[in-house]
Amino acid sequence: MAGTSVFEQLEPLLPRVSKPVQYVGGELNSTVKDWDTTVVRWALMYPDAYEVGLPNQGIMILYEVLNEHPDVLAERTYAVWPDLEALMREHGVPQFTVESHRPVGDFDLLGVSFATELGYTNLLTALDLAGIPLHAKQRTDDHPVVIAGGHAAFNPEPIADFIDAAVVGDGEEAVLEITAMVREWKAHGRPGGRPELLGRLSTIDGVYLPSCYDVSYLPDGRIAQVVRNAERAAQRVAKRTTMDLDEWPYPKQPLVPIAESVHERMSVEIFRGCTRGCRFCQAGMITRPVRERSIQGIGEMVERGLAASGFNEVGLLSLSSADHSEIREITKGLADQYEGTGTGLSLPSTRVDAFNIDLANEISRNGRRSGLTFAPEGGSERIRRVINKMVSEEDLIRTVSTAFGAGWRQVKLYFMCGLPTETDDDVLEIAHMAHRVIRAGREASGSKDIRCTISIGAFVPKPHTPFQWAAQEHPDIVDQRLSKLRAEINSDRKIGRNVGMRYHDGKPSLIEGLLSRGDRRVGRVIERVWRDGGRFDGWSEHFRYDRWVAACAAELVPQGVSLEWFTTRERGFEEVLPWDHVDSGLDRDWLWDDWQDALSGREQDDCRWTPCFDCGVCPSLGTDIQVGPSGRQLLPLSPVAANNGG
Amino acid sequence: MSPNPSAAPVCKVRLCYAKRGKLRFTSHRDVARAFERALRRAGLPMAYSQGFHPHPKVSWVGAAPTGAASEAEYVEIALVEHLDPEMVRARIDAALPDGLAVLEGVVAGPGSLAERIDASAWRIEVRGVAGPRLRQAADLLLAAPELLVERVTKDGLRSLDARAAIVSLEVEDDSRVLPAPDQLGRCGILVAVVRQVSPAVRPDDVLSALGAVAGLPSSALVKAIRTAQGRLDDDGGLVDPLAADRASARTAAAGKALAQSDDGSHQLDVARYTG
Repeated sequence: MAGTSVFEQLEPLLPRVSKPVQYVGGELNSTVKDWDTTVVRWALMYPDAYEVGLPNQGIMILYEVLNEHPDVLAERTYAVWPDLEALMREHGVPQFTVESHRPVGDFDLLGVSFATELGYTNLLTALDLAGIPLHAKQRTDDHPVVIAGGHAAFNPEPIADFIDAAVVGDGEEAVLEITAMVREWKAHGRPGGRPELLGRLSTIDGVYLPSCYDVSYLPDGRIAQVVRNAERAAQRVAKRTTMDLDEWPYPKQPLVPIAESVHERMSVEIFRGCTRGCRFCQAGMITRPVRERSIQGIGEMVERGLAASGFNEVGLLSLSSADHSEIREITKGLADQYEGTGTGLSLPSTRVDAFNIDLANEISRNGRRSGLTFAPEGGSERIRRVINKMVSEEDLIRTVSTAFGAGWRQVKLYFMCGLPTETDDDVLEIAHMAHRVIRAGREASGSKDIRCTISIGAFVPKPHTPFQWAAQEHPDIVDQRLSKLRAEINSDRKIGRNVGMRYHDGKPSLIEGLLSRGDRRVGRVIERVWRDGGRFDGWSEHFRYDRWVAACAAELVPQGVSLEWFTTRERGFEEVLPWDHVDSGLDRDWLWDDWQDALSGREQDDCRWTPCFDCGVCPSLGTDIQVGPSGRQLLPLSPVAANNGG
Repeated sequence: MSPNPSAAPVCKVRLCYAKRGKLRFTSHRDVARAFERALRRAGLPMAYSQGFHPHPKVSWVGAAPTGAASEAEYVEIALVEHLDPEMVRARIDAALPDGLAVLEGVVAGPGSLAERIDASAWRIEVRGVAGPRLRQAADLLLAAPELLVERVTKDGLRSLDARAAIVSLEVEDDSRVLPAPDQLGRCGILVAVVRQVSPAVRPDDVLSALGAVAGLPSSALVKAIRTAQGRLDDDGGLVDPLAADRASARTAAAGKALAQSDDGSHQLDVARYTG
């Protein structure tokens, strides 16, 4: 019978796998509903390990939004580790949801949130274990509709074979519209079966069905054109944008796992979008415009979420949290309100200025001052102009001096390597910056016992950014530059020993680049890698570069393209990009102009403080950036009865 | 209104709790984390440790291994106010996830909890092995002078004498026939009292030992439940570790009857604590 628990079959396998608790559910604030009293049933998947997927805010929000409707059931499923996968195959146990251990194949819809493209192979494992045909065109009325979401869905072409649809942009409203359509279709006796349901879904704003578009190619491998083949589908699918965050105060009841997870805190998204215009940052580009949650809305979410979860840390999330127009009032208000309760605040932040130190001091006033993180992203002034990260080295040194003077003992600096136009000298500047940080820190703190850790990632050009046309740097070059950098850091031993350096080799980034800017031809590579055992590609102990290289040689070369063609090749303005028919609201001409400005080292201002520079998003949404100050109070300080917290 | 990290503990409450159902797959770390969050949600006036990262004062005594269920786990918490232990029990129980249940709370009397526990009683369901065969194996094991089994631990492969730790080993008479989908069908039930030695001899070590003496299938499906912990008495039975605290609480209750109104105001404070 559909929806029947498989826990009886799963249970004997659990003592034989590592960390079995991740497969048993039982999270605080999870929802268990009857199968039979619900009409529309969603399985929501984060395609990575439970410990990474459980805290994911996107899944948590949709889970709650859907389950608030009495006739809708939403349960969660995560990637199972290879040890359990092998046992499930041996004993015929299907991919299951963690709440009620129901087979994923029994649900109406499978929604998969991709924060990173390296989760694609895990999608295939889940489909296969669920008994869902890998290829969308082989699915029947008996199979769930498979829908991708998340940032990677802004270029869903590499997984076009495997998904029925993608939701582009914010999901809160789209999932409810999809639900309503499925509800109506089922109520009318499922007219026209799966093809008709998919056709109806294609009429929803922001829902993209790869099967409604045909792609043809030029002899040189570039895309000739993308042609719509279904009347009901849009010519270009425009992203969804949830405009008023205060109307969507989710999660209200954060999921609290029994197993350990990567974020042991309660998170509140204080705004969505970003105005900084860093040219490498896909998140900052595709989530425009900025929409702030009000100070009051934030206060209410924190109060309710802490009472419901028992967490002792609050994370104020966004792409650049210190930029909230009322961040000072928010942090001071929360620090006042929770003083003495053992509740910590954290603020992921990339701003490099003294204001940031004020905030950090406020946030840590009841705790230890351990480490502060800044993201200059580029080592030289020149490369920072290219990427539009407007930080001067003088600012940075002044800022870290203030921090060390205020009692902080460690500074972490984030950088990228392999940026467009980058030379060895740009990267070696990172060493000089780190040395200056240590010298300034020793002077300001009067102590030799301070630390600067530099953390470096390889740059991956992403769709819907000004760098979408750029050539990705080859991993060999990235690795060479990083070893030169290490030598440069250690050239002065007395200072170098206070500098830590963390980086990953550039190979996984090249594959991420393939999956980010690939087109439909890359689907075969993903499938071959998966058939060769590719799993958990975001984990260095599971990722195997040679497997991807071999699969590219086997699957791309016969199609006249290659791994290099998709990654280290610069594109021209005229080239049809695989994601051009996905509309992120950004004006393509503006992106190109910004790319040209980057190449000539011209900066672009922040539209939060300076006039609009016409990226195109606001007019296409009929809106403006949504920032305060609102002039409202955080929250009246009111005691809450403890039994409300239960 | 808020816990004062510097306040000294005035009252310790010992709790007996159960780990049931799917949550038998929790590790001790998982349970400890769930407990700490439940304490915050329950809004109890916990005593906190000193230092940069104050933690509520919680002392654990042993812990059933990952995969084993238990009806007899023990923990002691320190409070900065005198509270009714039954109210403490109920509040924590309500704040814990399903599968973790607080069964009893008593105010700690003199002596430590740890010294009142040196053995566990286990009920071990062995699927696929019928009662008579299991009884035969148990008799063989009890007759053996020692029985070394090996287990992979964090420190590598360790060898331990399972026989030495076993105080008693019985088989329940009525082997049930389970409606198992995998047709494993028969199920024998072992009832074992095992000393808490170091390294610990766990239910699966007892099973390995039975396998070694009697050739039971090593992959036999096993579900273990700890039914009791305590000090071994002379007859091989277990003395309830909270019995002494219950007795001293009864004695104390008579003497403190006059302080009732004061206790009442404390409780009001707690009920309004925002956590």
